Amino acid sequence: MTILIIAEHDNQQLDSVNYRTLTAARELTGDIDVLLVGDVSEMLVTAARQLPHIHRVYCASAAVYAAQLPENTAPLIATLAKSYDYVLMAATTTAKNILPRVAALLDISMLADVVQIVSADTFVRPIYAGNALATIKSHEKIKLLTIRATGFAAAAAASSSVTLAPLETMDTQLTAQRVQFISTENHVSARPSLSAARIVISGGRGLKSAENFKLLEGLADQLGAAIGASRAAVDANFAPNDWQVGQTGKIVAPDLYIAIGISGAIQHLAGMKDSKVIVAINTDPDAPIFSIADFGLVGDFLKILPEFRVALGETEQTQG
Amino acid sequence: MKVLVAIKRVVDYSVHVRIRADGSGVETDNVKMSMNPFDEIALEEAIRLKEQGRATEVIAVSIGNTACQETLRSALAMGADRAILVETAHYLEPLAIAKILTALVIQENISLCLLGKQAIDSDDNMVGQMLAGLLDWPQAMFASKIEFTTENRVRVTREVDKGLTTLDLTLPAVISADLRLNQPRYLSLPNIMKARSKPLAVVPLTTLSIDTTPRTTLIKVSAPDKRRTGMRVATAAELVNKLRAAGVLP
Ligand SMILES: Cc1cc2nc3c(=O)[nH]c(=O)nc-3n(C[C@H](O)[C@H](O)[C@H](O)COP(=O)(O)OP(=O)(O)OC[C@H]3O[C@@H](n4cnc5c(N)ncnc54)[C@H](O)[C@@H]3O)c2cc1C
Ligand SMILES: Nc1ncnc2c1ncn2[C@@H]1O[C@H](COP(=O)(O)O)[C@@H](O)[C@H]1O
Repeated sequence: MTILIIAEHDNQQLDSVNYRTLTAARELTGDIDVLLVGDVSEMLVTAARQLPHIHRVYCASAAVYAAQLPENTAPLIATLAKSYDYVLMAATTTAKNILPRVAALLDISMLADVVQIVSADTFVRPIYAGNALATIKSHEKIKLLTIRATGFAAAAAASSSVTLAPLETMDTQLTAQRVQFISTENHVSARPSLSAARIVISGGRGLKSAENFKLLEGLADQLGAAIGASRAAVDANFAPNDWQVGQTGKIVAPDLYIAIGISGAIQHLAGMKDSKVIVAINTDPDAPIFSIADFGLVGDFLKILPEFRVALGETEQTQG
Repeated sequence: MKVLVAIKRVVDYSVHVRIRADGSGVETDNVKMSMNPFDEIALEEAIRLKEQGRATEVIAVSIGNTACQETLRSALAMGADRAILVETAHYLEPLAIAKILTALVIQENISLCLLGKQAIDSDDNMVGQMLAGLLDWPQAMFASKIEFTTENRVRVTREVDKGLTTLDLTLPAVISADLRLNQPRYLSLPNIMKARSKPLAVVPLTTLSIDTTPRTTLIKVSAPDKRRTGMRVATAAELVNKLRAAGVLP
């Protein structure tokens, strides 16, 4: 059996999510190859070749692939995919954009957001915003899967002294027809990314203003946390769209998720209910978020937030 | 420019779904059904294009059982010109849906397909991308802004993990709608009345000669693990102590 992982990256760096896809791949049997498609840096190629447990790295690097447009990356991937039993990609917006198009070109029925591998052909994926889990057996010759990061632990990185996996460069340059990449607006932040952070602090409409939402930043910096938001908070322009957690936003499962001024609609819960410990801070004692919170604190965030920061600071001091 | 909007009938987003005791699926009997919220947004966008004089006709298409006619009537009441139901009693995989839509796109000479980014029941997020692949058309998925720059060129802003990205597509093309693209209009009584006389064609799937044989088998549907019941804390200081005891705060 052979497995192909299509790496998630930004042309410069390997995304940490690949280590989770790797864990999923290792639950299958077979040699694992990695494909890099993009306009990739030397550093990225080396990082990919250093991934643990892999057999080989394919690299298709050219300016035409820089934006990872499905119009040209999908046919490239489809050609390579034909010689594999499995093709895996982390369930990011890049994968969601590209892999179904690959599936269509190969006439394959694919599975998205796999959270568990039951056997060589049977997989579990959430449906209905995670309110149900479907166990599905695939009869396809090639299994195309996107892997939801929260379902798999990250494989340990190999030490940098490890031998580099062999590299095969692919020279085919396909142009994307009738589509032109114009720009990206990346919201860069010094804080850890939502998908990688151990602590996530999320704010909702209950924060009432963009100014109040900013209060989360101090706390996030104190804890080394990422900031998330409900859809209502994003719609009210308290936070950018890529901070949204939920069915339509990001799916996170940090060690600690603190929901502040968030009611707990099922679409929000879909994005965070697998967090290890959930804290809810809300003025409404009947807010649905409390039904899944490990620790609930009823009250106004304007009063609680400063108290929380003081409590954090004080104990740190007494501990020396 | 003829616009096709794909519309799925789904369990309403506000329903708390129940899993059937035999694990065969989710209970859909006597449950409120609605138009998939993302499809409502796709349809609203198509209707606006018609109002701006860019679209000549908006065709709403649904694939499913006979009850989908009700959902298509809502689409007509919102402003679609006509509707097509491809009728089948069977569950179809996204690939099969994309194949059926491909056939309709060719038959109807469509220039723009608008879909929702995902169906909130299966949460697949695939049909639009597959449709674009089958047609070999450019695609812009998860759109939060659509602006025509010329007659056949459209600038689309997409919502992605790291922020936003912008593309120019030359028609014909496939676009899928994210939630922030627009705010769908409400149905007015006069428009609901008017929709009753708009054309709604019902095409049995069997007449299309498309192979929709499933390539997967649903083994079972089960409930996710229940979280253990939590506790209330009285103060922020108590919260910090509990979180430290749980080992999630330093
Ligand atoms: C198809 C679809 C997809 C969706 N996808 C998502 C998604 O991905 N993510 C998402 O989040 N939502 C999503 N939604 C929206 C979702 O249904 C809810 O509308 C949204 O999550 C509500 O956000 P909220 O909890 O911030 O706001 P609200 O529901 O308005 O809750 C605000 C809360 O703040 C509390 N509050 C008020 N004042 C204070 C105070 N001073 N201190 C503390 N608490 C206070 C209130 O008691 C209330 O509980 C989706 C909806 C649809 C239809
Ligand atoms: N049965 C269906 N009938 C019509 N359109 C559909 C159907 N299933 C999916 N779609 C369209 O495809 C989009 C994406 O669905 P999915 O890929 O299944 O999550 C939906 O938002 C609809 O626009």
